[in-house]
Amino acid sequence: MLELRNVTKTVGAAEQIRDVSLTLQHGSLNVLLGPTLSGKTSLMRLMAGLDVPTSGSVWFDGQNVTGVPVQKRKIAMVYQQFINYPAMTVYENIASPLRVAGVEQARIDSQVREAAALLKLTPYLDRTPLNLSGGQQQRTALARAIVKNASLVLLDEPLANLDYKLREELRAELPRIFAAAGTIFVYATTEPHEALLLGGNTATLSEGRITQFGPTIDVFRRPIDLVTARTFADPPLNTIVLAKKSADFLLEGGVKLPVPAELVGIADGNYTVGFQPHHLSLERPNASAVPVRAKVTITEITGSESFIHLDFADVRWVMLTHGIRDFETDEVVDVFIDPRHIMVFDEHGRAVTAPKLAA
Amino acid sequence: MARIDVNHIRHSYLPNPRKDADFALREVHHTFEDGGAYALLGPSGCGKTTLLNIISGLLHPSHGQLLFNGRDVTSLSTQERNIAQVFQFPVIYDTMTVYDNLAFPLRNRGVPEADVDRKVRETLEMIDLASWAKKKARGLTADQKQKISLGRGLVRSDVNAILFDEPLTVIDPHMKWVLRSQLKQLHRRFGYTMVYVTHDQTEALTFADQVVVMYDGGIVQIGTPAELFERPRHTFVGYFIGSPGMNVMPVAIDGRTATLGSQRIELPGVPKAGGGAVELGIRPEYVRLGREGMSVSISKVEDLGRHKVVRARLEGREIAAVIGEDETLPAHPKVRFDPAGINIYADSWRVEMGA
Amino acid sequence: MDKTWNNKAWFLVLPVLVLVAFSAVIPLMTVVNYSVQDTFGNNVFFWAGTEWFEELLSSRRFWEAMARNLIFSFIILAIEVPLGIFIALNMPKKGWGVPVCLVLMALPLLIPWNVVGTIWQVFGRNDIGLLGYYVNALGIDFNYVQDPFDAWVIIIVMDVWHWTSLVVLLCYAGLVSIPDAFYQAAKIDGASRWAVFRYIQLPKMQRVLLIAVLLRFMDSFMIYTEPFVVTGGGPGNSTTFLSIDLVKTALGQFDLGPAAAMSLVYFLIILLLSWVFYTVMTNYDAER
Repeated sequence: MLELRNVTKTVGAAEQIRDVSLTLQHGSLNVLLGPTLSGKTSLMRLMAGLDVPTSGSVWFDGQNVTGVPVQKRKIAMVYQQFINYPAMTVYENIASPLRVAGVEQARIDSQVREAAALLKLTPYLDRTPLNLSGGQQQRTALARAIVKNASLVLLDEPLANLDYKLREELRAELPRIFAAAGTIFVYATTEPHEALLLGGNTATLSEGRITQFGPTIDVFRRPIDLVTARTFADPPLNTIVLAKKSADFLLEGGVKLPVPAELVGIADGNYTVGFQPHHLSLERPNASAVPVRAKVTITEITGSESFIHLDFADVRWVMLTHGIRDFETDEVVDVFIDPRHIMVFDEHGRAVTAPKLAA
Repeated sequence: MARIDVNHIRHSYLPNPRKDADFALREVHHTFEDGGAYALLGPSGCGKTTLLNIISGLLHPSHGQLLFNGRDVTSLSTQERNIAQVFQFPVIYDTMTVYDNLAFPLRNRGVPEADVDRKVRETLEMIDLASWAKKKARGLTADQKQKISLGRGLVRSDVNAILFDEPLTVIDPHMKWVLRSQLKQLHRRFGYTMVYVTHDQTEALTFADQVVVMYDGGIVQIGTPAELFERPRHTFVGYFIGSPGMNVMPVAIDGRTATLGSQRIELPGVPKAGGGAVELGIRPEYVRLGREGMSVSISKVEDLGRHKVVRARLEGREIAAVIGEDETLPAHPKVRFDPAGINIYADSWRVEMGA
Repeated sequence: MDKTWNNKAWFLVLPVLVLVAFSAVIPLMTVVNYSVQDTFGNNVFFWAGTEWFEELLSSRRFWEAMARNLIFSFIILAIEVPLGIFIALNMPKKGWGVPVCLVLMALPLLIPWNVVGTIWQVFGRNDIGLLGYYVNALGIDFNYVQDPFDAWVIIIVMDVWHWTSLVVLLCYAGLVSIPDAFYQAAKIDGASRWAVFRYIQLPKMQRVLLIAVLLRFMDSFMIYTEPFVVTGGGPGNSTTFLSIDLVKTALGQFDLGPAAAMSLVYFLIILLLSWVFYTVMTNYDAER
């Protein structure tokens, strides 16, 4: 179990990591999701012991390991760049951490072959990394990390330099590989889509702070604040500020968007309402959905779906619909918001939850 | 703006290419229409960047001819071709301001300063950086730098084409959406001929009117996003486009029926099949999960938020199906193939189906 | 970047601390001791206070040597930096030419100072030296032993031959790190050769150039061996630099006190330069 307790890291005047507390369990896959410079790499360096926190502490299995250097801890890292020993064969690359640890020859051989099989590298064991494709090079780096039998494996955007399709294939395999290893995996990415594909737990990062941590799909479906919701939305989250009056949010032209039943009790006033692009639709999805009028800026068609970029009172929205729907720029369309799928945030950006009923 | 004809172009990086495998570009013959938005899509090593560099003049092809509006430009230098290019990593002149960066290509060509000023201001508006004009380009974010790279092309009113070489690689996901749609708006408004190289299908499909799918040094299919999605000419296109890619399985054909193991599948028509290995391709979006059809065993369900990907085994092979975010799996799941989404392939190439 | 805190680190630097103590700190203290005393030999010393420093700083000889140093460094930089950049720009970027050029460039740097001096001392002689003889045969009256101007010429040519490679190699390293895309973009923008140099190559070389300038400045300011071997500071005092003057005073005349004072002043100048070097470099990094 890896535990960060109120960890802060400042470099010069810049606060890279602000008061992060996080507990990661053995055998878990944990995604750090956030844009560039949100602190993903800094946080990993702190977890690994490559950096020492300015304040706070790092605990591993109940022991304080703050300041214990990385060499003394069983940690493996995989980076965005494909880092292998160029002069060694794939076999020797995978075997290298075992040789350093002084493992006996017979066991090295069996472990290398096992890891190679897991990562589909068996046919390439005699090649050197420079004679491999990018995907195979990164598999080699992954195999080395796995074979090390580390208690913590850190992966810093490991698929970012691979082709889209190769990424897709490795992504699909990674959860299986991770499950087989049973250690703590931490995986940094900028892509919400990747976090969802990997599953496990997700911690969303913004400006050095962890905004939410929990099972990936829960964080996606029930973000606790607007920052998290925005971080975890691709295409970007649509938002609109609306005034709530008793059971309705008031839209222009007297249109009323019903407040979800469990939130009717919250105080009247202004709220930010957010919804995912696929929850906007051109056809009325159900009786409670309400239409709003928006102007089309541009349509993007992927072949099976269409992304329609909209301008709603100078706010950018994206609508995702099935099938091919092409619109002219500046065309005015009615789009429907489904009140069953809206998220409501208060003026501080915190998600509004249903008021507790008196017992 | 120009129409670009690529006439039987072959290119090899070797001095004396002999066999086909020596060519990075085996043979490309295609016309990029004036004002079109094209994407060159394919995995690394497929020759897409080679083709782009041949169009821009950074590479001279081993064989073949390149025409801009009917004029042979094969032997012309990059400057003489008058094109603009945006690279994978932002190329900006660090020591200059944003304004001077945009003015640079014009000043190099001896444009009078009054015209430079007018064009630069127009371009700054177009790329949404007017308020940054006086800033040093060094301090900008990656997406702003990419806009400057683009702006240096837009500022020249007479460019023949704007070429993009994986321009969104270093951009954060959120900014990708903004930049992509701005790019598309620029295309709509000004009608530039644009050629965009990428390995990312979403970028290619959303950007281009016509997507050129490349594989192993050649073009496999050219089509609209819808054509590539619904009627992939080659199983590679089926695999490469779509996420997950198309399910492809070997079948035996008898008239309107395909046989997969012990299952019989109704086809939308009679394939005009030649010989060779016959396969059936169906996209996960057309695989319907329900209580009727062929029995499958579910191996995994991936919840991607807006939809779920179901991985199942059918007749001993892995297939993928896509279901809606609120849909649930029945207790004894079965699959049906929507005939509209069925394609038949002989030796990996699609065969037409007759009535 | 913070490193992991570890007590053992002190044991690892201990040998260096001991070495520095014996090789630098203790001798320096001895020099300080000499600089405030006078001696007539036999280890008998008299307190002299700041006398030697006052004498030194008011002596013409010292300031003339100092001026020679500054002029020399200035000329060296004015020749070696542009020449180094020029050669680096024209070196091949790929192919078999790269290792050949690099080895050729590295050769002068590998030759010991005094050997370089001896080579040029012989090379430049007008009786048996290849260079001196043929220059004279061309009708140019060249004699570095007698003519101060010729003495300067040979020392400068020698230094340029010896050290331009360093500037070349540093600039070359800066140049090859520029991605191809920059050159391609410049072509597309219609940039001239000069514009490419001014807006792409020079900005990207800035950092290494700064290192090159500062290194060459400090090095040329401390020049000793080569002029000592070639001209011995002459003819007259025309090539007597601070370092040569110092050695003359200390070893030639056994004026330990004045020589010690001079070393200290020289040391302080070098220290000041090092500090400037360090500050400029770190400020430059911070700005990035």
